[in-house]
Amino acid sequence: MFEQEKWEIVWNHRQSFIDGTISTVIMALAGLAIALVLGIIFGLMSTSQSKPPRIISRIYVEFIQNTPLMLQALFLFYSVAFSGVKGFTALICGIVALGIYHGAYISEVVRAGITSVPKGQSEAAYSQGFSQIQTMFLIVLPQTIKVILPPMVNQVVNLIKNTSCMFLAGGAVDLISRTNAFAVGEGTASAAGQGYIIGGVIFFVICFPLSTLASRWENRLKNRDVSSNKKEGAK
Amino acid sequence: MIRLEDVHKSFGDLEVLKGVNLHVKEGEKVVIIGPSGSGKSTLIRCMNYLEEPTSGKVYIHNHLMSRSRRAFINKIHSSMVFQQFNLYPHMTVLDNLTLAPVKLKKIPRKEAEQTAMGYLKRVGLEEKAHVYPTTLSGGQQQRIAIARALTMQNRIIFFDEPTSALDPEMVQEVLDVMIELSHEKNFTMVVVTHEMGFAREVADRVVFVDGGNILEEGTPEHFFTNPQNERTKAFLSKIIR
Ligand SMILES: Nc1ncnc2c1ncn2[C@@H]1O[C@H](COP(=O)(O)OP(=O)(O)O)[C@@H](O)[C@H]1O
Ligand SMILES: [Mg+2]
Repeated sequence: MFEQEKWEIVWNHRQSFIDGTISTVIMALAGLAIALVLGIIFGLMSTSQSKPPRIISRIYVEFIQNTPLMLQALFLFYSVAFSGVKGFTALICGIVALGIYHGAYISEVVRAGITSVPKGQSEAAYSQGFSQIQTMFLIVLPQTIKVILPPMVNQVVNLIKNTSCMFLAGGAVDLISRTNAFAVGEGTASAAGQGYIIGGVIFFVICFPLSTLASRWENRLKNRDVSSNKKEGAK
Repeated sequence: MIRLEDVHKSFGDLEVLKGVNLHVKEGEKVVIIGPSGSGKSTLIRCMNYLEEPTSGKVYIHNHLMSRSRRAFINKIHSSMVFQQFNLYPHMTVLDNLTLAPVKLKKIPRKEAEQTAMGYLKRVGLEEKAHVYPTTLSGGQQQRIAIARALTMQNRIIFFDEPTSALDPEMVQEVLDVMIELSHEKNFTMVVVTHEMGFAREVADRVVFVDGGNILEEGTPEHFFTNPQNERTKAFLSKIIR
C-alpha cells in the first residue's frame, strides 16, 4: 500500500482524476437543478387542497423511493439512450435519472417544510386577500427555508455520491468511471488500490464539509427550538 | 353588508352549522357568544370563506362569496383578527403591516409605511415597528394584528376570540383598542368573544350560537337582563359570575 512507485502512477494520471471530479460536480449540479424543479413542483402538489395533484405526487414519490436508483438509471440508459433517441446521450440520461430520483426525495423535504408552517399563517394571508399562490410564495415558503435547508444539503451529498450510477453507461467521464478505468487500465492496474483510495478521498473532501454543515445547522435549529420553548414556559 | 342565507357546514359526518341566517348591517357591531364547540369560529370563518359552506350563500356588500372570489372580496372588504394572532414571524412588525397594502393594493411603499406607522401609534406600539413579532408579548402581538387588519382600510373586521389566548393581565389592553375602534360609525365589527363586559359595552346586537344554530339574538340589554331561551339562560349563568 505504501510503495512509492504505485502512488507515482496515480500522480502521473492526476489529470484523469481532476477531469472526473469536474464532470461529477457538473453532473451533480445539473441533476440538482432538475431535482429542485421536480421537488418543488411535486412538493407543492402534495400539499394541494384538491386530490388529483396529491395523488399524482404520491405515486411519483412512492414509485421512485421504492425502486432502486440503479434500475431507474438502467431503464433510461437502455430504453432511451441506447435505443438511439436523438439528443439523449448516456450522460443526459444519467443526469435525468439523478434528477428524477432526488426530485422525489426533495419533494418530501418540501412537503415536510410546508406542513411545518402553522395553518394560521396561510389563513391570515387568505383573510387579507392573498391568493393561494401568493400565500405560498410570500408567506409559507419563506418560512420553510430553515427547516428545509439541512435535509436539502443531505440530498446534495447523496446526489454527488449517486453520480456513481453513471458508471453503468460505460465510457462515461465522471469520477467513479475514471477511477475504475484507472484501476483496470493497462499499466495502471497495479495501482488499483491506490486509485480507489484517491477516488474515495476526493468524494470525501467534497461531501464531508457539506454534511457537517448540514448537521451543524440542524443542531443549531434544535437548540434554538429548545431555548425558545423554555422562554415560552417561563412566561 | 354581510348576509348569510341558510348556511350549512359539515366536516365529514359532523354537521357544525345547521342552516344559519344572519344579516349584519353596515356599521353594526355584532358580538357572537356561545359555548365552546358550538360553531362560532366556523360561522365567522364562513363569512370570509376561510371555511367554504357545504351549502347556503354568503354575501359581502352584495357580492356572492365563492372560493374563486374569496381573495378579491377579502382584499377590498374585510380583515380578520385571530385568536393566535397569526403575525408573519419572518417579517418585522412594519413589514407585517405593509405587505398586503403594497402587494395587493399597489400602494407605494413609503405611503404604506406612513399609514402603518399611524396605526401602530393608534395601538400604542410605534416603537416596535422594526422588531420581529415573536419578541413581543401576546397582548402586544394582538394589538399589532389589529393594526395589520386596519392597514387594509376595509370596512369590515372579524374578530375570532381575540383575547382568549392572552394572559389575563393583557386582555384589557386589547379590549381597549377594540372599544376605541367600535366608536367609528362606519366600521362593521363581528366579534366572537367570551368577554361579556365588552359585549355589553360595544354590541349593537348579541347573537347566541349553540349546536350550530342561532338560538337567540337581541340587544345587550335584552340578553343580559331578559334572555328567553333556556339554553341562553344556562350559558349566561355559567359565564357571568
Ligand atoms: N377543520 C375542522 N375539521 C373537523 N372538525 C372541525 C374543524 N373545525 C371545527 N371542527 C369542529 O366543529 C365544531 C365547532 O367548532 P368551532 O366552530 O371551532 O367552535 P367554537 O368556535 O364555537 O368553539 C367542533 O366540534 C370542532 O371540533
Ligand atoms: Mg372558536
